[in-house]
Amino acid sequence: MSTTTAPGRSATLLRTYAPLLAIAVLAVLLLVVAPATLSAFRLNSLGKYICWAIAAVGIGLAWGRGGMLVMGQGVFFGLGGYAMAMHLKLEAAGPEGVPDFMILYGDGTIPGFWEPFRSGPFTLVAIVVLPALAATGLGWLIFKRRVKGAYFAILTQALAVVFATLLVATIKETGGFNGLNQFTLFFGYNLYDPVNKQMVYSIAAGLLIGCLVVVWQLYRSRFGELLVATRDAEERVRFLGHDPANIKLVAFVIAAVMASIGGAMFAPIAGIISPSDVDATASIFLIAGVALGGRALLLGPALGALTVGFGRTYLSEQFPTQWTYFLGLLFVLVILLLPLGVGDLPRLVRARVGRSAA
Amino acid sequence: MDAFTTPLLAGTATGALLLIAALGLTLTFGQMGVINMAHGEFLMIGAYTAYVTQQVVTNIDLSILVALPVAFVVAGLMGLLLEVCVISFMYRRPLDTLLVTVGVSLVLQQLAKDLFGAQGDPVRVPDWLVGTIPVFGYNWPYRQIFTIVLALASLGALAALLKYTSFGRRIRATVQNRDLAETMGISTRATDRITFFIGSGLAGIGGVAVSLISGTNPSLGTTYIISAFLVVVAGGLGQLKGTVIAAFTVGIATAFFADWTSAAMAQVATFALVVVFLQLRPQGLFTVRTRGLA
Amino acid sequence: MSVQTHRPDELGHDYLEIRGLTVDFDGFKAIDGVDLTLLQGRLHFLIGPNGAGKTTLVDAVTGLVQGTGRASYRNQDLLSMKSHRIVRAGVGRTFQTATVFEELSVLQNLDIAGGIHRSPWGMLRARRGVPAYVEEALATIGLSHLRDRPAGVLAHGQKQWLEIGMLLVQDAKVMLLDEPVAGMSAEEREQTGELLRRIGHERTIVVIEHDMDFVRSFADVVTVMHGGTVLAEGDVATIQADPRVQEVYLGHQGTEPPEPGTTDETSGEDQHA
Repeated sequence: MSTTTAPGRSATLLRTYAPLLAIAVLAVLLLVVAPATLSAFRLNSLGKYICWAIAAVGIGLAWGRGGMLVMGQGVFFGLGGYAMAMHLKLEAAGPEGVPDFMILYGDGTIPGFWEPFRSGPFTLVAIVVLPALAATGLGWLIFKRRVKGAYFAILTQALAVVFATLLVATIKETGGFNGLNQFTLFFGYNLYDPVNKQMVYSIAAGLLIGCLVVVWQLYRSRFGELLVATRDAEERVRFLGHDPANIKLVAFVIAAVMASIGGAMFAPIAGIISPSDVDATASIFLIAGVALGGRALLLGPALGALTVGFGRTYLSEQFPTQWTYFLGLLFVLVILLLPLGVGDLPRLVRARVGRSAA
Repeated sequence: MDAFTTPLLAGTATGALLLIAALGLTLTFGQMGVINMAHGEFLMIGAYTAYVTQQVVTNIDLSILVALPVAFVVAGLMGLLLEVCVISFMYRRPLDTLLVTVGVSLVLQQLAKDLFGAQGDPVRVPDWLVGTIPVFGYNWPYRQIFTIVLALASLGALAALLKYTSFGRRIRATVQNRDLAETMGISTRATDRITFFIGSGLAGIGGVAVSLISGTNPSLGTTYIISAFLVVVAGGLGQLKGTVIAAFTVGIATAFFADWTSAAMAQVATFALVVVFLQLRPQGLFTVRTRGLA
Repeated sequence: MSVQTHRPDELGHDYLEIRGLTVDFDGFKAIDGVDLTLLQGRLHFLIGPNGAGKTTLVDAVTGLVQGTGRASYRNQDLLSMKSHRIVRAGVGRTFQTATVFEELSVLQNLDIAGGIHRSPWGMLRARRGVPAYVEEALATIGLSHLRDRPAGVLAHGQKQWLEIGMLLVQDAKVMLLDEPVAGMSAEEREQTGELLRRIGHERTIVVIEHDMDFVRSFADVVTVMHGGTVLAEGDVATIQADPRVQEVYLGHQGTEPPEPGTTDETSGEDQHA
């Protein structure tokens, strides 16, 4: 918006920074209020939801603003999760040790691709670089050939299916169906110590806040405007002199990195990462929160993911097997009745009131 | 010879299954732009229909033949129900239909688990389908041949329907230009519903064939649906010819990859194949300038 | 890079030169060997009955459909370039149905068109204030009073002006305008014509048009297309006196199918296979 008069400027400032204020409130809730009030067990559960929320923020960027329905974010969640888990597994086994499952299912030798993950710094870099490379490669192939819409969605979901199948089939290298679990140390900190557990939680919460600030800046930037323009009229953007493929690629890669960060924190918090955390169903579960909260809004995806995560725990406790019904019905009802999510309700209500008043 | 014929013939049977599944998908995709992610569950419903029919019609030789039309109607009606209750409200929102049907698919799977148990049930194979025929060193099971015959019969019936009947002409008119078809007095809504019925019904028939090979299972649909979608993507939107070629190519290629490496690596290789293929033909096998069917 | 065959004329004019342009849709030649030279500083009009190939010609020059032959601008062959590169080379276009970003404000629409002049890091920053060239374009198209309105609420004519404004911000030296005054009131047409005159001096402007009154009032040069070829070229008086032009227009008053190359199918097509 233009900065014209003095009162206009303060209003503009408020409008510009109100989202930051909301992010700050969320930060206080997650980083101060929750640790003070929740039991260690509940806080750990909240930690898991936060990891999903980090991935959801990226989905909001790619799908809500970029129009790319990413149905395979579990893959990137898994890349980060497994990278972290491999490091934790090696850390637990000790300097010369071999992870337990390799002795159980294999011949006790560590596959070559595990070796670099002994290094903590390498692991941290890999958590960002691996998904970025994978997303760039895949995105380049897909977007440059103008594959989009449903085709894109199906390809990403197929990727998640393939990824999970591959993990299940490689029991000697990745723990197969069981995944990787029983971590004891997190970069030298004992994970059985409640204080350290809370520290890991706080890191995850801090990362979520960080990701929210990043997308806030992206959404208000010219790139954000261009991304929405690409979503709504891809061909038109071409005639502004941009290759839409590049614009989409940037959003897709950022979303992939965020999913990977979420996965990386999920492993130590949940204490496990397995194919069922990263497969097609898990990817769909990640989308559910985004759809519920409001895909195109800043806070919608994160709040939606937290809600769906909580709902999953709560409903699974109340109705052990029926959780899937709720998830399925959530999709049908939200998409059918509130396609832009619960966060869109205020606007709908205003529109309704405005119409009846007129 | 054996190393060549085994994957070729077994892969052809897989391709036939993919074809039956993909026919319905490409039909609804091409005509309505609807991606039905619950389509795999219609396969599952077809398989359970075969199972239930065997409980009712105890003559095993006969029950499979009874199950085919019953599965067509049951799965077709489920598809119709889905169209009327959900999809018809979401026209011109193709990506959203995709998500809604994901939800439906989750519900249907859970429903099958609650009704029939999570483990799945075996479907007895009639005597006339037990046995093999030796072909160049491969003992080709009758069941696989039956699947291929079923797929080709479905394809033939569908192609004939589209080409020779007035209903088929209505479908093709709707595919080519929905608005124009409407102004010509074609009820595109009614056409859509019947198309959905037929597409879902075909999946039901596919489900019967699947049940003969692997029995029933609540998550049976997910096994096939992604491959079927890849077939539709590679074959080109709404293209019968492309779908047929893509189905058999994917089926046979997967069988060969699996033979050379492992079942998991075969999935990876097939996915890579489709992505590479899309580099060459981004719009599938047959380019669609005027979105044609058949 | 191709060899330049003609030097710019003595006035130092910029120009777009089309030689032997042919567009083939599965055997149907929508454009058949068209030669055109479009000079800077003149309002160039492209007229002809439906199906004559006017829009297809613009599509081919802007990379929307694949054409053969040559279309050279400043030593670059546009036919071998991708759409967004052509835009960056200074050749911009509008569409028959105005396609502005409905949810963005008038100002944002103009600003977003300036994106090609920004660095990647600049793209990651939020917009602060209004760049001078955007302000200038806003004043030129006369929409300053509507700057903060969403583009979606603009009247049809205003959207066309906004699109022209976006081309100004892009700094397009060649503007290809596809029926910009269709559906406009007489007054709006007049204003559009004046606008084109104002901005036309340092640009090469090509207007596809049906409305003969509009052509008569503003055209410097008129090219008549028919059946994918150039039928006649000259000033308005010459064209109107041409018996072949009269025959084409009188003989084709009925409605014909829309021109190929204007639909989504072709725009989504691969152009580099």
